[in-house]
Order: sequence, then structure tokens, then C-alpha cells
Amino acid sequence: MASTTPLDLPPAPPAPRGRPGSTGRAGDKIFIGLSRGSGILLLVVMASIAVFLSYRAVLAISKDEGNFLTTLDWNPAGDPPVFGIAVLLFGTVVSSVIAMVIAVPVAIGIALFISHYAPRKLAAPLGYVIDLLAAVPSIVYGIWGALVLVPYLEGLNLWLDQFFGWTYVFEKTEVGIPRSLFTVGILLAIMILPIVTSVSREVFLQVPKMNEEAALALGATRWEVIRLSVLPFGRSGIISASMLGLGRALGETMAVATVLSPSFIISLHVLDPGGGTFAQNIAAGFGEADEFGRDALIASGLVLFVLTLLVNGAARLIIARRKEYSGANA
Amino acid sequence: MSHATTTDVQDDRPRTTPEPRTGGLSSRSLPRWAPLGFAAVSLALGVGIGAAAGWHSRTQWGLLAALLFLAISYAATTAVENQRQAKDRLATSVVWVCFLAAVVPLASLLWTTVSRGAERLDGYFLTHSMAGVLGFEDTGGVYHALIGTLEQVGIATVISAPLGLLTAVYLVEYGKGSLAKAVTFFVDVMTGIPSIVAGLFILSIMLMAKIEPSGLMGALALTILMVPVVVRSTEEMLKLVPNELREASLALGIPKWRTILKVVLPTAIGGITTGVMLAIARIAGETAPIILLVFGSQLINTNPFSGAQSSLPFYIYEQYKVGEAASYDRAWAAALVLIAFVMILNLAARGIARWKAPRTGR
Repeated sequence: MASTTPLDLPPAPPAPRGRPGSTGRAGDKIFIGLSRGSGILLLVVMASIAVFLSYRAVLAISKDEGNFLTTLDWNPAGDPPVFGIAVLLFGTVVSSVIAMVIAVPVAIGIALFISHYAPRKLAAPLGYVIDLLAAVPSIVYGIWGALVLVPYLEGLNLWLDQFFGWTYVFEKTEVGIPRSLFTVGILLAIMILPIVTSVSREVFLQVPKMNEEAALALGATRWEVIRLSVLPFGRSGIISASMLGLGRALGETMAVATVLSPSFIISLHVLDPGGGTFAQNIAAGFGEADEFGRDALIASGLVLFVLTLLVNGAARLIIARRKEYSGANA
Repeated sequence: MSHATTTDVQDDRPRTTPEPRTGGLSSRSLPRWAPLGFAAVSLALGVGIGAAAGWHSRTQWGLLAALLFLAISYAATTAVENQRQAKDRLATSVVWVCFLAAVVPLASLLWTTVSRGAERLDGYFLTHSMAGVLGFEDTGGVYHALIGTLEQVGIATVISAPLGLLTAVYLVEYGKGSLAKAVTFFVDVMTGIPSIVAGLFILSIMLMAKIEPSGLMGALALTILMVPVVVRSTEEMLKLVPNELREASLALGIPKWRTILKVVLPTAIGGITTGVMLAIARIAGETAPIILLVFGSQLINTNPFSGAQSSLPFYIYEQYKVGEAASYDRAWAAALVLIAFVMILNLAARGIARWKAPRTGR
């Protein structure tokens, strides 16, 4: 590149320093600086999210008279202030687990439907529609859940209580509209279906055709092809897709805030109204909170942040490992 | 299905001399219309039993019918064909049932929003604010929220698009080593940050610097949510640009930064635009940061840098919480506006992607 510079430059052509890609020109330096700077800025933002939340959280927790992890109450405005995340952690985990149990099998089914069962002409538009559904804002799911799904689920709740009440979990001890963790779980399941489906579908489409054709050539039925070649290949993809969905479900705010009727109790009767989640508690409690109350909410938000960070990080690590594996295979 | 057809054709011969079921091509098989028949029978049974037992919810009828369908087709196939075929048919049915079960709520969501939203949506609704309107009155509109959404999303886009673009350029064109790996990993993790956590982050800054709520603060939280999406999609698009183009440009002695600006980015511009539009569609529906940082207002505030504002998703939540029939109508109408906004962005983005695709692909 130095050879194209005009002749009036000093006789010794500037030897390219550093990496071969850089020419040492000012424009390049600025451009590299800008682009690397924005990359570093993102890292700084991530780090400062952790730092700022931790700082405010420590302010709140240090004045907490209860145990932050085990107290079953949220009263930072009281004297002395007492609050703990036990109920929130329980509600968040239970509603997300219900969502996962419902959504993951159905999503795998839909992904298989699109990748292996649907008529070819239907497959592409279906994938497209699923992606569109992922774009529906959560608040719309929220009001649909509260105004349409909740009344609709009353019958199902009675039925579950009638036939599965003996399991304790499905026992309904309070009469009333089902603004419960179970309903929240169902709504979350509907909400995370699109993302779990679209990630799994992508993995299923990557299965080497050779593997499937080999199975077919041995006389396998379509289900045997899926069981023997598609699912083993896609296992890690399915796991990470589910964890991405779990991350969404853990942090979902509006759908829970509209559907759940919150209360600070821990109850395994998932059909009874009550309970709470981190995000719901923050959205619902923020309005009345003073500055200390907001710090307390930030402290609970920090726990949620760490939780989603762990889940998403694990999901990404699994995907990254898989990439190398399939790369060697291709 | 194709399996069933081939066996159908060969089915004529062995009918006269019944053979043991061995699973070979000459074994007996169900006719092609069998699944439809099972479906009809189980649907009838499900409705019948549901109505007879007096179950309240149609969902139960549907669930029962679905279970009956699985049982009937498994039993029938085992009896007529063999266990392997029965399992195959069971899997096919389960996959179909999964698909249909997922379509029902999603269709209901869209249908409810469109039908209930259309009742209230008109020119008046779009051009009036909620100033002086009480919850139970059936006037008022969404104008102030529209302005809020457009401004907040606009500011977020103005910050996120260049930031995301530059980061993606760094990752694809320059990035090697541990810094690039760290950025890639944390961008991925950032896509999963709950919107409420992004809101809390900005809130903690506001508490420390004593900043009052404003549209700008909401936009900053939206930026945190938007940047990783832009980075990911731009990265994918830049990777699609053929290396020959870069090499040709560099061979002509053009510096790398001009190569990127004049060759790489223009080649991928369609895909990049698509990614940015999808990211806009994603953040336009975020409610949680707005609750924490913009605070909501009934009045028109065109200045995003000071004072409380509203936004479409916040407006929906606010009207839902009022709990009156008139406010539910407003919430649905606003939901329809929001969904239309998001869907139009999505469709336009995918349209651009398709229209520009051949040029980047080759």
C-alpha cells in the first residue's frame, strides 16, 4: 500500500507497523479507534450495570433489618425496614419452570413440524410467522392474558383441582379468578414459544442431510430418523434454546404485572392467586417507593440480573461449544 | 405420507393371501385418509363427552379430543400395521397437535387485539391526548403517547445504530484476540438482559446524579436493549460480504477504513437496515423502563429532555390499570396501534432484506 503514495514523501517508505491490516494512515487510526472504542464502551456499560446496581443494593441491604435472602416480607418503608427476596425468588423460579415445562416440548414439536413435517411450501412462511410473533410486545401479551386468558382458564383450573387436586400442587384452596403463578406460567410459555421454536428450528435445519438419508436408507420411519439423527444432533441446540427462553421468562415484567394478583406468601398451591416475581414486584412497587424503597427494589433487580446473566451465559457457552463441534463435522 | 402411498399401491396383491405382519412393504397399511378419520372421530367424542360431563371450558373439550386422537391413531395403527409405524404416526400426530395447540392462543391474541382495538381506533383517538379525561369517560386518545414513543425510540436509535454498527465493524473487520471474544460474549449476554434491569441501571444513575425523569432517560435504557441486537444482526450481514470485494479494494491501494466505508458497508446496507428496523420494533414495545424512568403523563410533552412523557406501551398499561370499560377499550386500541407499528416495521424490514438479498448474496 505504501507504494501508491505520491513521490514527494520522505525517501524511506514507512514500513507498515503493527498488524498487516493497518496502513498507519490517520483515517485508519481514527476508524480503528472508533470501532474498538465502541466495543470497549459496551463492555464498560455491562460492567457499570453490575457496579451501579451492586452499589445501590449494598446501600439498601445494609439497612435491612430482616434477612435479605429469607425474609417473607417486603416493607422497606417500615420502621425498621424489613424486606427479603424469598417470595420473589420462589415466584420467579416457579412461574418460569412452569413456562419451560409447557413451552419446550411444544416448541420442539413446532420446530420439528416446520423443519421435517410441514409441506415444503408451508415451511418457510411458518418460520416467518413464528418470527413475527416473537415481535409482539409483552404488554400486549399482558393485557390479552389478563382480559382473555384469565377468564378462560377458570374452567381448566376447576378441572385440574377436581382431578389432580390430590397432588397438592394442583389443589385449589381459594375460590376466585385464577390470577395465579400457574396462569402466569402458561402466559410466559406462550410468550417464549417463538424464541425457543426459532432457535431449535435453526438447529434442526443444520442436521447433516447425510445422517438423515443414511437412516432412511436403513428403512427407518420418519420418527426413527428424528430420534436417531435429528434429536441427538440438536440436543445442545435444544438445551440452549430452552435456556434462552428461560432467560426471557425470568425477566418478563409486564405480562406478570398485569396477570398476577401479588401477595407476599410462598405457597406450592400454584392455582391459588398470590406470590410475586422480581420484575413484577419492581414494576408494581416502584410507584409508591421512596428513595430507600427504590434502592431495595434495585437490590432485588440485582439478583434478577445475576440470575439471567448465569442462565444466558450458560446458554451462550453451550451454543459456542456446539459451533466448534459442527464446524469440525461440516 | 409418502410411505402410505407406496404401500397403498402394492396393497392389492396380498389382500387375497393374508401374510403375517412383518413390517415389509407388503404388510397391511391404513388408508391415506385415516388420520382425518381419526381426527373427526376423536373431535366428535371429545365434544360429546365434554358436553355430556358439563365441562365449562371448550379448552378441555379440545384437550380431550387431542388426547383421544393420539390414543385412537396409536391403537389403530398398532392393530393394522405394526408398532414402529404406530410410533411414527404417534410422533406425527404429536407434532401436529403441538403446532395446532400453539396456533390457537397466538391467533386468539391477534384476533382479540384487532377486533377489540378497531372499536375505538379512529382519527380522534390518534390526534387527542388524555388531558382532562377521566378514566370512565370514553373520549381521549393516544396522541401524547405516540409522540413519546416516537421521540424515545428515535433518540435510542440515533445512539444505538452508530454504536452497534461500529462495534460490529470492529468484531468482523478488526477484532482478534481476547478483547473481541469478550465483546462477542457480552453482546450475546446483553441481548438477554431483562428490560427492567436496564431500567434499574439508569435509575441508579438518576438517583445518584439527582436527575428528574424524562424521555431521554427512557431512551438511554432502550439503547442498552437495542445495541446488542443491532450488533448481532450487523455482524451477520458483514460476514456475508465476500472477501474478494475487500481484497479487490485493498489491492487498489485504498485504505482499510475507506474500503469498509465505501465497499463493505454499502454492500451490506440492506441487511444492516433490516437489523436496525427489527431492533426498533423490539424496543418500541418495552414498557418496564418507561415505568421507571419516564414516569408517564396524561399531557402532551414534546420535549424528551425534560419532564415526564408517555409512550404507547406505558399508555396501554396505564389504561389497563384504570380498570373501566372505557379504559379497556382505549388499551386495546392503543395495543392495536402498537402491534400495527411493530408489524409494519417488521414486514418492511424483511421486505428490504429480500429486495437487497441477491446483491449481498453473490
